[in-house]
Amino acid sequence: MKDANDTPAPARATTGTRSSRRRFLKEAAGVAGGAGLLALGAGLYARQAAALPATALRPPGALAEGDFLSACVRCGLCVRDCPYDTLKLARLGDAPATGTPYFEARGVPCEMCEDIPCVVACPTGALDRGLTDVTQARMGLAVLIDHETCLNFLGLRCDVCYRVCPVIDKAITLEKSHNPRSDRHAMLLPTVHSDYCTGCGKCEKACVLPGEAAIKVLPLKLAQGSRAEHYRRGWEEKEAAGGSLIGEQVELPVRGMEDKAYGDTRLRPGETPLAQPEAVPAAPGGSSLDSRWKP
Amino acid sequence: MSTPRDPAADPVVSAQSAASARPALPRSSVRGAAQLGLAARPGAEAVAAKGWLRAHKWLLLRRLSQLGVLALFLVGPWFGWWIVKGNLTSSLTLGVLPLSDPFVLAQSLAAGHLPYRQALIGGGIVLAFYLALGGRLFCSWVCPMNLVTDAAAWLRRRLGLKGGKAPAAASRYWLLGFVLLAAALTGSLAWEWLNPVSMLHRALVFGFGLAWGLVGGVFLYDLLIAPRGWCGHLCPQGAFYGLLGRASLLGVSAARRRDCNDCMDCFAVCPEPQVIRPALKAAGQDHPLILDGDCTRCGRCIDVCGKSVFRITTRFNRSES
Repeated sequence: MKDANDTPAPARATTGTRSSRRRFLKEAAGVAGGAGLLALGAGLYARQAAALPATALRPPGALAEGDFLSACVRCGLCVRDCPYDTLKLARLGDAPATGTPYFEARGVPCEMCEDIPCVVACPTGALDRGLTDVTQARMGLAVLIDHETCLNFLGLRCDVCYRVCPVIDKAITLEKSHNPRSDRHAMLLPTVHSDYCTGCGKCEKACVLPGEAAIKVLPLKLAQGSRAEHYRRGWEEKEAAGGSLIGEQVELPVRGMEDKAYGDTRLRPGETPLAQPEAVPAAPGGSSLDSRWKP
Repeated sequence: MSTPRDPAADPVVSAQSAASARPALPRSSVRGAAQLGLAARPGAEAVAAKGWLRAHKWLLLRRLSQLGVLALFLVGPWFGWWIVKGNLTSSLTLGVLPLSDPFVLAQSLAAGHLPYRQALIGGGIVLAFYLALGGRLFCSWVCPMNLVTDAAAWLRRRLGLKGGKAPAAASRYWLLGFVLLAAALTGSLAWEWLNPVSMLHRALVFGFGLAWGLVGGVFLYDLLIAPRGWCGHLCPQGAFYGLLGRASLLGVSAARRRDCNDCMDCFAVCPEPQVIRPALKAAGQDHPLILDGDCTRCGRCIDVCGKSVFRITTRFNRSES
C-alpha cells in the first residue's frame, strides 16, 4: 500500500483502470461464454424438440409447426376452453415442445365445435382466428395405414370409421372393389379424401381394433406425398381444353389383331386363342428343371 | 492499511472496533454471533424489539400475495371457480382482463411473430404496472420460484452453509441477451423449453411431468452451489423485470440509517445484498433511498431490522428521519 501511495496520482489511476478493465474483460468473457453456452444449449434442444411426434396433433387453426413455436406462449387458454378436454399442455418429458397444446386422436379426438372455442381463446395468434369454418381445419390427415388388419379389407362390413366421420361421404367414402379371395363378394374400402379430411381423429378413436387403430391421423407432412408439378394429368388437361390437345392419334396395325386396339386380348365368339408354346417332355434323368436352352 | 475502510465492507475488522464502541450488539445478530462464535439468527433482535408479528409483517404479506395469486389460478381447475384462466405467461381474468408476461412476448417478437392485440394489451398492462411500481415486485410478490429459492436461502442460513460460488453479477443480463438472440436465431421461444419460472407455474396449474426435477435442481443449486444463485445471478426473467424497475415509483429507504448498529442482519436476509450499501452507508450517493433496479422490494430488511431503519416509500421521498 505504501508503494501505491507513493506513486503519482495519474499513474495510479492508469494502472487502476487497466487492471479493472482487464478484470472486467475477463469476467465478461467468462459470463458471456457461460450464458452463451446455456442459451445455445436451449436453442439446440429447442430445435431437436421441435420435431413433433407423429401421434401428437395440434389444435385446429394452428400455424405451421415452425411458426407455431414462435407464437405459442404456452398459457393453456385453449386447453381451458376446450369443452371436451381434448387438448392438453405438454409437460416436461412429453414428446411435444414443453407447455404447448396438443391432442392424441386415439385418446380424445377433436369434436370439431362449430364456434371453435380454442381458436377464439388463443391470445397470440398461434391458433389463427382466420379459421372460422371448422371443416376447413387441417389438423392432420387420416390414413388407412394397415390393409392387413382393417376389417373392411378382410371383406367384412365394419365401416365404423366411415360412420363416425363428421364429414361422412366426403372425407371418407366406401369404394367398392372385387374381393379376389372369395371371387364373388365385394370389398367396401374406406378411402380418405384430403380435400375434406380435417384430421379430427374420430375415425382413429373409433377403429374397433384392439390397441392400435388401422386408420390413423398423421401430420400432413407424413401423410401426403408432394404433388409432381411437372406431370400433366392428361385427363384433366383434356377436360380443361374441351378436347385432346394433340388431336386424334393414328393407331398402327398389329399383325393378326388388325381390328383390335393394342393390348385387347378378348376373344370374339368362335375365335381361338393364339397357340401356346408346346409342352416339352421332361428331360430324361429325372430333373424337371429344364431351361429349354439349346445351343 | 492506511486508508480508512468502510465498516460494513469488512465485518471481522470492524466487528471488534464496533464491539468495543457499542457493546450492545445483539448476540443473535450476524455480527454479534460472529464475534462470539455462535450461530447467527438474523431477525431475532427485531422479534425481541417489535414482536414476532411486526418482525414478519412484510414476509407474511408477501407470502399472502404469492399464494393468493397462485390460488386465483388454482381454484379454477380445482373447484371449477373460473376467476382466472391460463397461467402467468398469459391469462384472462373474469373473461375480460387479459394479462401477459412481457418477457415472453419479447421472446415471441424476437422470434419473428407479432402477437394478436389481446396479448399485446395484456403485456402492456403488466409492463405499465411493473414500470410504475417496481419491476422486481414480480420476483418477490408473484413469482412461485421465489418460494423455492427463499426456502433454499433459509435452509442455507439455518444449516450454516458457507462458501459456494455464485456466477458473476452480470450473468443474468448476458443470459437475457442470449435468450432473445436464441429466440431470433431459432425462430422459436427457445428459453421457454426450460425456463424454470414459467415451467413451475404452468406445472402447478396444469400438471408437473418432469418439471419437479428442474425445480429441485434450482433448489439444490441455490442451497449447495451458489447462494442466491438463481434469482440473484442467473434468472433472465428477473433481469428483465430488474431493467423495468430502474425508474419505478416504490422503493425501500434506509430513512433512519443513523440508528443502524451494524448488526448485518439486513445483509444476511436480503436477496440482493449489494443494493443496500449505497443507501445505508451513503456509498456513492447521499440520500438513503435504494434506487437499484435489482432491489426486489421484498421488504425483508424492514422486518429484520431491530432499529427500524428501513421503510417502504416512493422514489420522491429521499429525506432522512
